[in-house]
Amino acid sequence: MSTSTTTRDGTAAAGTTGGDTGPGAPRERRHAHSRGFGPGFVVKLVLMALINAIGLFGILAAWAAGSWGILVFLVAALLAADLVYFLPARKLLPAKYLFPGLVFLLVFQVFVLVYTAATAFTNYGDGHNATKDAAITQLTTTYEQRVEGSEAYAVTVLEGPDGLALAAVQDDRVLVGAADRPLAPLEGAAVTDGRVVEAPGYEVLSYGEVVGAQDELGELRVPVSGQAEDGALRTDDGRTAYAYEPTLTYDEAADAMVAADGTVYADNGEGAFAGPDGEALRPGWRVFVGLDNFGAIFDPAVLGGPFVAVTLWTFAFAVLSVALTFFLGLLLAILFNDEKLRFRNVYRAIVFLPYAFPAFLSILIWAGLLNTDFGFVNEVLLGGTGVPWLENPWLAKLSLLLVNLWLGFPYMFLVTTGALQAIPGELYESAEMDGAGPVRQFGSITLPMLMVAVGPLLIASFAMNFNNFNVIYLLTGGGPQDLESTTGVGATDILISFVYKIAFAGGTNDYGLASALSILIFIMVAVVSALTFRRSKALEEIS
Amino acid sequence: MPIPTTPTTPTTPPRPKLSAGRRFARGGWKHLAAVAACVFALFPLVYAFSASLSASGSLLGSNQLFSDITGANYANLLSDPQNPYLTWFGNSLFVSVSTAVGTVLMGAAAAYAFSRFRFRSRRGGLLALLVIQMFPQLLAFVAIFLLLFAISEVYPVLGLNSRLGLVAVYLGGALGANTFLMYGFFNTIPRDLDEAAELDGASHAQIYWTMILPLVTPILVVVGMLSFIASFSDFLLAQIVLQDPEKYTLAVGLYQFVSVQFGENWGVFTAGAILAAIPVVVLFLFLQRYIVSGLTGGAVKG
Repeated sequence: MSTSTTTRDGTAAAGTTGGDTGPGAPRERRHAHSRGFGPGFVVKLVLMALINAIGLFGILAAWAAGSWGILVFLVAALLAADLVYFLPARKLLPAKYLFPGLVFLLVFQVFVLVYTAATAFTNYGDGHNATKDAAITQLTTTYEQRVEGSEAYAVTVLEGPDGLALAAVQDDRVLVGAADRPLAPLEGAAVTDGRVVEAPGYEVLSYGEVVGAQDELGELRVPVSGQAEDGALRTDDGRTAYAYEPTLTYDEAADAMVAADGTVYADNGEGAFAGPDGEALRPGWRVFVGLDNFGAIFDPAVLGGPFVAVTLWTFAFAVLSVALTFFLGLLLAILFNDEKLRFRNVYRAIVFLPYAFPAFLSILIWAGLLNTDFGFVNEVLLGGTGVPWLENPWLAKLSLLLVNLWLGFPYMFLVTTGALQAIPGELYESAEMDGAGPVRQFGSITLPMLMVAVGPLLIASFAMNFNNFNVIYLLTGGGPQDLESTTGVGATDILISFVYKIAFAGGTNDYGLASALSILIFIMVAVVSALTFRRSKALEEIS
Repeated sequence: MPIPTTPTTPTTPPRPKLSAGRRFARGGWKHLAAVAACVFALFPLVYAFSASLSASGSLLGSNQLFSDITGANYANLLSDPQNPYLTWFGNSLFVSVSTAVGTVLMGAAAAYAFSRFRFRSRRGGLLALLVIQMFPQLLAFVAIFLLLFAISEVYPVLGLNSRLGLVAVYLGGALGANTFLMYGFFNTIPRDLDEAAELDGASHAQIYWTMILPLVTPILVVVGMLSFIASFSDFLLAQIVLQDPEKYTLAVGLYQFVSVQFGENWGVFTAGAILAAIPVVVLFLFLQRYIVSGLTGGAVKG
């Protein structure tokens, strides 16, 4: 083991600082400590101070926001960072180099994978965004009615130390209250025309500012008194307010919302309060739903139909993309492999260009080229025929394959060119002596030798195209759309663009369902990878 | 994934790969096929370039190639306050350069650790990385969105609608995607060098920064380039994270731009596309040799 003689620690934070430039005399080698106070050590100290400052700030902010998960992670990560970079133990040496990458890997790759899995078992999505307590609060404020016989208050909107406040004039007294402070008299306010124009300790909002704070104002409820049955002031225009009382109240003993007319909405166990007729109140809250999301994917009535079709198309798209790009690339590689072909370097450079051009731009350019009414392909190449390239389900699929062929063949051309050079020429010489023709040579030598080198790349390319969101989304948007589907699935949607629609673009945002679908894609990719894993040399290299 | 079996520079001596009959007919049809391939490869790009110079500016008006040449589309592109193209360009460069630098630093450090040190969880760590990299981070975009939403409350600069947050997300994939590519290359640097340096009294940090890193520059360039290009072209994650037009990258901004007014602003869009492609194409051509070897090493695009 070559590293067994290493005895001294690196002093630098991996990936961040300069080296330890302290005097390095050989006799000091046994000293397993970052010694000296050279520039490298100073840089490290400054960086660690910065990291600690940022970390401590985050810990305090997480505490204030009540984000306990983040708080725990930050404490652990900060402790680990300080231990790794300041403890003089030789065993920690590799950790110094691994730590920064591992932190990002843990948060943005491992954690999000685990979180995806966890979300897949919940009903997280529109209407089920938060906790039960938050849902109760929101239900109480959303369902309300004007207190019977209550008067109208001429109010002024104020900006106070704790957010928006309302000021009202009643019996020549000025009353001021905010969300968590019932109306109370305020001395020293100026009143003009029965309306407060100046209040000490507050800033009177102008009309424009009131309009700007419309959303916040709509949420504002100022209790009229300490008594709940007096209701709370609510204003829609910032000038007149009425007292409202909630029509739904939470009955803690029964764990149910009770309406003013006595209807009981009980916890239905699915993250919502539901009445006797089964109608659920919105919003609900997040609960564990077990395998419901996975069930919905396969349920013919919910997702089953589109899911099967989308999965089949995803596989077809990935396989055909790889096959088409590979064969065109290989063809060109063989063609240009002939040293006697003049200009072949020019040809190579030109064929390489589609690969160098950023894909998201060329896909959009292709969308213009294939436009039915004005596109170059229809107008110029086909003389104004109006072929619905992107609107017909089958033509849209064909267009995607064509565009993906254009995007991908230069890559295959490059890798097969590289692989062709690696095949020893003697093989062909002896084959020729044995009387094998070009076809036989290709089938018995070129292709098998090529597959050894290119095979893993084809699998990687398959995996990449399996999740090729860009080309689908930017060219067809998954369309043409199936108008009867609630998820907005289209004829050319592959699984990942389907997930995107369920999560962000459909009528509702269903994170739970989208995550469940992601998990299924993970499993499909894992199965394909596992089947081909043994062929990969990667494992052998871990020695 | 390192597949080190494909040297790419054409160094092998000439060999009779094709039979005599084929070679005889070579002259004409080969050039014909080559020209056809070049036309296929080039025409969308030539079309886009022509459209960007066209005076009409609409999709239909762009169909006559190079009928008139004007810089009006470029002038519009750079002057329209509704679509702050230069801001998007700056955002893209910031995000991609930060991602590339971060990826190279973190990936190289990790590869160095795996290549040079022997520690208890080393094998397990490599295996874990191999497994993790099979699960594309892209697929967890729902969770990434929800995570950034939560982070927004603690570190607004790293949460939703933040360019740094997007960089952080990309850096999450830095180890998984690149460690193996770099690890294989680090292993080709003889350990005798380390040992010699160490006998001379160099510290690990010195060996790493002043000796190893210069020796592995080719793979650093490849990883940096691939990471730059991947983040420059990423659409999905950028679209989810960035919500404010001032923060868009080119991919998100230009997409919104054409998806809203597809036909009318075609000339301006193609001008934007041509300008946006320049840095990437230049990098590609400039570093073609490195990138080709990196590609055959296992990274993929289309």
